Amino acid sequence: MTKKSSTTAETKNEPVAGGHSRAPVNAPLSAEAKIDLYRQMIRIRRFEERSLRAYQAKKIGGFLHLYIGQEAVAVGCCSLLGPNDHIITAYRDHGHALAVGMDMKPLMAELYGKATGCSKGKGGSMHFFDPSRNFWGGHGIVGGQIPLGTGIAYALKYRGVKGACLAFMGDGAVNQGAVHEAYNLAALWQLPVIFVIENNGYSMGTSQARSSAGDLARRAEPYGMDWGMCDGHDLYEVRAGIVKYLERAREESKPSVVEVRTYRYRGHSVADPDNTYRTKVEIEEYRKTKDPIQVFQALLLAEGVLDEGRLAEIDSAARAEAEQSAEFAEASPYPAVEDIQKDVYWEEDNPGEKKSQGRIFFD
Amino acid sequence: MPLLQYREALRQAMAEELLRDPNVVIMGEEVAQFNGAYKVTEGMLERFGPKRIVDTPISEAGFIGLGVGASMLGIRPVIELMFWSFYSVAFDQILNNAANLRYMSGGLIHCPIVIRGPANGGTNVGATHSHTPENICANHPGVKVVCPATAYDAKGLLKSAIRDNDPVLFMENTMLYGERGEVPEAEYLVPLGLADVKRAGTDLTIVAHGRAVLSALAAAHLLEQEHKISTEVVDLRSIRPLDEATVLASVRKTHRVLLVEENKPFCGVGAQLAYLIQDQAFDDLDAPIKRVSALDAPSIYSPPLEAEQLPTPQRILKAALAVLK
Repeated sequence: MTKKSSTTAETKNEPVAGGHSRAPVNAPLSAEAKIDLYRQMIRIRRFEERSLRAYQAKKIGGFLHLYIGQEAVAVGCCSLLGPNDHIITAYRDHGHALAVGMDMKPLMAELYGKATGCSKGKGGSMHFFDPSRNFWGGHGIVGGQIPLGTGIAYALKYRGVKGACLAFMGDGAVNQGAVHEAYNLAALWQLPVIFVIENNGYSMGTSQARSSAGDLARRAEPYGMDWGMCDGHDLYEVRAGIVKYLERAREESKPSVVEVRTYRYRGHSVADPDNTYRTKVEIEEYRKTKDPIQVFQALLLAEGVLDEGRLAEIDSAARAEAEQSAEFAEASPYPAVEDIQKDVYWEEDNPGEKKSQGRIFFD
Repeated sequence: MPLLQYREALRQAMAEELLRDPNVVIMGEEVAQFNGAYKVTEGMLERFGPKRIVDTPISEAGFIGLGVGASMLGIRPVIELMFWSFYSVAFDQILNNAANLRYMSGGLIHCPIVIRGPANGGTNVGATHSHTPENICANHPGVKVVCPATAYDAKGLLKSAIRDNDPVLFMENTMLYGERGEVPEAEYLVPLGLADVKRAGTDLTIVAHGRAVLSALAAAHLLEQEHKISTEVVDLRSIRPLDEATVLASVRKTHRVLLVEENKPFCGVGAQLAYLIQDQAFDDLDAPIKRVSALDAPSIYSPPLEAEQLPTPQRILKAALAVLK
């Protein structure tokens, strides 16, 4: 346990007796609920693997930031969300989109740039959204989404809604000015936001040691915010590590910063060479000992919740679902040229309620 | 009709919309307790309380981003930038997030936010505080850009902007805040994208926006007095959307055009208008289009020089005579 100077400091999430499976947030989980959490992680991984193949086959343009290795973070966090809770994240957003319940098909179609994509082919990999599931993206600029997440929390508080916003960012985002401005506003106005730093160790190709001074979450201290850390490879620990901050946000409208230590197996984007800043040994070591899916699988096997037959069933279902999403994407039409100028202005898309005049698009 | 200062007209617009819609929130640096750096929000804290009139720290990227995020959930923040010049530290939040969110979400999201404040040179505060970014902002599909020149327009346009479901960037002028104009007591709206012929004429069209409209009107008066020239002054009021029809109708009437703006010339609003006019009304022109802009340098501090850097009535007059030659 690390002693913190501030009264608002939190400890690293300490294992409870019997492991995090016995933590109050996890103990009541039914076998089916646990299997569902496992299934969600598998679905993310199979989706990502399938999208990588599509990328290599040149079906997907631009960047593809894969979430492989980090699945327990999005699934663990999103499994805690209530009806009035919201999330927002950065560009490595496929895992969060699936974890809030988005269907694979519109996600894969979005990657293919198709009209059936979740953003009609206008956003791409980094810009998935589903406001109906309180998922506000999918944002491309490092740290740029953090003031937005703070604004979501502001809106909840303004309306007197007992909800919270989980604002996810990577470890590279903590050095952006916008993040610190958001920290200050969240603490100043006591907004119900949890800043979740998914620390995968590298901001693109620059390690944490080479980019950030001090502990990342500890930067909450001078703002007077609660903070904590947990390991992101154990889904139980993620849930146990986040839940108290989430409840405090909902019930007491208190902001916090939580650093979740995780790892990504793939490059920052699959277009980037992944051989300049870390070793294959390091990646293999994580894969062997800390892979979030392997870790949770072992826990569930030991608990007797899962057996090999069920595992294979879940895996083949996820593979089939991912494959079907690729088939759906492949078969879907591209947007039409006329679609390029739709969804720019609300008013143009709702001509019956248009109040302004004049020309809005130019040539 | 009551005469109101431009700033009072803005305040009335905000007050009326605060009363009309509980989602409207006024936010910015010094807007509440300090009564507004330019007293636009004077007395509003007392009247509406700290939930609706919110002082922020000096943290433009933070509170504008916060406003954009809140607007996604249906809050209607009206955010004051003490100077529009400070937009540069919040550029990502305004022109990446607010401008693009609707598009990148395939139309699932809209951001009913207004960002307002003065965007002008001419007050001897140096280049950092004298930016006029209407052209830069209007270059970004997804936002609307408004530049009112009078108290009447300021009120009517701001009310429309607050009710608009798209992000509206509302650019005022510190030198206009004290200008008085007639403002009706009855509620009214001025739609975005509707220009206004501020003076009718037959020999020359001057198109302007913001304070340049007043300079153009002064020049038009001189042209009438000294040269017996009848000048029509078209006030764009709104940059995007743009009222092309009113501009073209005036050009077809007078056949000669001078474009005036306080912005710098390169890629300014006048450049867009010049393209429009030659494209749509080439055969109606009896002379080449001319432009008068700020002299092309960062805004100079030196007070007498800065007055010369902006388009003066004399400089407009000279250019007008060249068009009429």
